[in-house]
Amino acid sequence: MSTTTETGGPGSGTPETEQPASATGRPAEPTGRTAGSLGAMISAELTKLLRRPATWVLLGLWPALQLVFSTVIPYVSYQRGASFEGLPPEAVLASMLPDQLVLNSLSGLPLFGGALLLTLGALLAGSEYGWGTLKTLLGQGPRRLQVLAAQLLALLVVLAVTVLVSFGLTALASGAIAAGESAAADWPTAGRLLRGLGGGLLIAATWGALGLLLGHALRSTALPIALGLVWVLAAENLIVNVAAPLLGAFDTAQAALPGVNAGSLVAALAGNGATLRTPGVAAIVDGAQAAGVLAGFLVLFTALTALLLTRRDVV
Amino acid sequence: MPPAQAVGARPLVEPRPSDEVVVIAGLTKRYGSRTVVDDLSLTVRRGEVYGFLGPNGAGKTTTLRALLGLVRPTSGTASVLGRPAGAASSGVGALIEGPGFYPYLSGRENLRVLARYAGAPAGRVDTVLETVDLTDRARDRYSTYSLGMKQRLGVASALLKDPELVVLDEPTNGLDPAGISDMRALLRRLSADGHTVLLSSHLLGEVEQVCDRVAVISSGRLVVESSVGELLGLHRLVIDAEPLGEAAAITTRLLGPERVSVVGGAVHAQAGPEDAARINRALVLADVEVSGLRQEAQTLEAVFLQMTGSELAAAGPDPDGPPAQRTGRLSRRGAAR
Repeated sequence: MSTTTETGGPGSGTPETEQPASATGRPAEPTGRTAGSLGAMISAELTKLLRRPATWVLLGLWPALQLVFSTVIPYVSYQRGASFEGLPPEAVLASMLPDQLVLNSLSGLPLFGGALLLTLGALLAGSEYGWGTLKTLLGQGPRRLQVLAAQLLALLVVLAVTVLVSFGLTALASGAIAAGESAAADWPTAGRLLRGLGGGLLIAATWGALGLLLGHALRSTALPIALGLVWVLAAENLIVNVAAPLLGAFDTAQAALPGVNAGSLVAALAGNGATLRTPGVAAIVDGAQAAGVLAGFLVLFTALTALLLTRRDVV
Repeated sequence: MPPAQAVGARPLVEPRPSDEVVVIAGLTKRYGSRTVVDDLSLTVRRGEVYGFLGPNGAGKTTTLRALLGLVRPTSGTASVLGRPAGAASSGVGALIEGPGFYPYLSGRENLRVLARYAGAPAGRVDTVLETVDLTDRARDRYSTYSLGMKQRLGVASALLKDPELVVLDEPTNGLDPAGISDMRALLRRLSADGHTVLLSSHLLGEVEQVCDRVAVISSGRLVVESSVGELLGLHRLVIDAEPLGEAAAITTRLLGPERVSVVGGAVHAQAGPEDAARINRALVLADVEVSGLRQEAQTLEAVFLQMTGSELAAAGPDPDGPPAQRTGRLSRRGAAR
C-alpha cells in the first residue's frame, strides 16, 4: 500500500467533509445516513447485471428459443410441405405471419422463458449472499429497501429490453416470411402491440420477482433455482394436467397459479382465432383476471422480499 | 514510574458526548439459546485507533455487524456518531469479515458500483485504489486477485466515503509482511488525518503499535477496556524466595490477593518497579531469603493470552492460579458481572 498518497480528509470532496470540521479535521456534528440516489443505485445494479456473463446467457436464450420454436422450426416444416403439430402447411404459415406477432413473441414466456427469468432473479439476489456483497453494499449507506428497489428496477429494465428484443426478432422473422411467401403482412395495431409489450413485461417481472424472492429467502443460488425450475416446469404442469382434471379443489386452485395466469394472459393477448400450440399457453382464465392475478403476485413477491430483507440479519 | 492505574477506569475528565464516536451499552445478541455477545459495553472516542481483540468466536464480528446495522441486537443499544447503529452510514466505512466483491467485475468496477451506492464522487475510486496500492491491477477481474489484494480492495471500499469512522475487521488477513507494514502505516495516517479507527485484529503486535486503546472480549463478554499503555504498564514481578509460602503471604498482604499468584516455584505479582523495592524490603525484614527479584515486561500478546486464556480456563484446572489472580485488575469489568 502506498504510504504517500492522501487518504482523503478535509476537503477531499465528499459531502461530509464540506461540513464544519472539528479540531480533528472531521465533521463536528454527527452525520446521518446518506447514500447515492436511487438512479445511481439502479445504474450500479445495471452494471452488475450487464457485466455478468450469466445475464447475457439467460436473457439471450429466451428470445433465441422463442424465435426457434415459434418461427424457425414451423417454417422449416412448412418449407418441407409437412404438417406441424397437426396443422396443415397453410395453417402453419398463417401462424407465423405478422398478425401473430404478439403470440409468437410471448408464447414461451409462461414456461421456459419464465424459468430462465426466474433463474436470473434468483442469481441476482442469491449471489449477493454467496459472495458476501450484500454486506459490502449495505456498508456503503443505502437502506435495505433501496437496495431491493434498485435490484428490482434494474431487473425490470433488462426484462423490458428483452421483451422488446423478442418482439423485434419475431417481427423481423415474420416480416421476412410474409415477404418471402408473398403472404399478407397485417401487423398488429399499436394498441395491441403495446398491450402485448406490457403483458410480456408483467409476466417477465412476475417470474423475475419470484426469483428475487427465492434468492433472498434462501440466501443462495442453487436451491432457489432448483425449486423455481421444479415449480415452473413441473409442479404447475402436474397440477393443471394431472391433478385438476381429477380433483375439484385443484381445478379451482389452478386459476390462482402464476404460470396458469401467465399462459392465460398470453392467450388473451394473442387474440381470437390464434392457434395456441405452445405448452403453457391456454385460456384457463380471462385476460383481465390473469393480468390482475399476475400483478398481485408481483406485489406479493416484492412485499415478501422486502419483509425478509428488512427483518432478517445480514450474516 | 507512577503506579499503574486501574485498567478500565475512566479518565478523570469524562469525554464530551460528541467525542464518543461509538457507544455500545449492554449489547447482547443471541441466536436461539446461544449467546454470541453478552451485555457488552464499550466506547470509542473521536480520533483514536481502537483495538477490538478477542479469540475466534468471541463475538467481535457480530458486534461490528451490530454497529453497522447488519444484525439486530437482542437487547442493549449501539450508537455510531450519535445515531443508532446502522443509521449513521455516511460517516462509517467498514470491512467486515473479509472482502465481498463481484468476481466478474474488475477492482475498479467493483468500487464504482459501491461508489454509486455510497453517493461518493467517482474520483474517490482512483484515490482509494492508489491508497491501497492497487492501481496497477485495478482493471483486472476481482476473481484473479490474491487474498492480500482482495483484502486491500476491501480496505479501499471502506475508505470510499472518506468516513469519519473506519471499521476494519481483520484487515491484515492474507497480507504479506510488507503489506502488513503498509497497513500499519495506513492506520497511522488515517488517525493522523482525523479518522477514528475501530480495528479488530489477531496481530497483537500491530495492535500494540498502532492502537491507543483496546477492548478485549471473550465469549461475548468484555474482559477489559483500557489504553494500551495501561495494559502494558502492568508489569509482572517475579520473586524467587524461600520459604515460598511466606513470601507469597507477605506479597499478598502488600498488593492484595488479586495481584499475586504462585507459579512454578516463584511468586508472580502484578506490580511495577516502584513496588519491587517495597516488597524486597518487607521480605528481608521478615527473614525471607530472596534469591531473585525481576521485572518481566509484558507484551500485549501475553496480556491477551492471560486474559482470554483465564476466561477459557475458568471451568477447568489452571496451573497459573485462579483467573482472578491472573487477570487481577484487568478483569474488573468482566468480573463485575
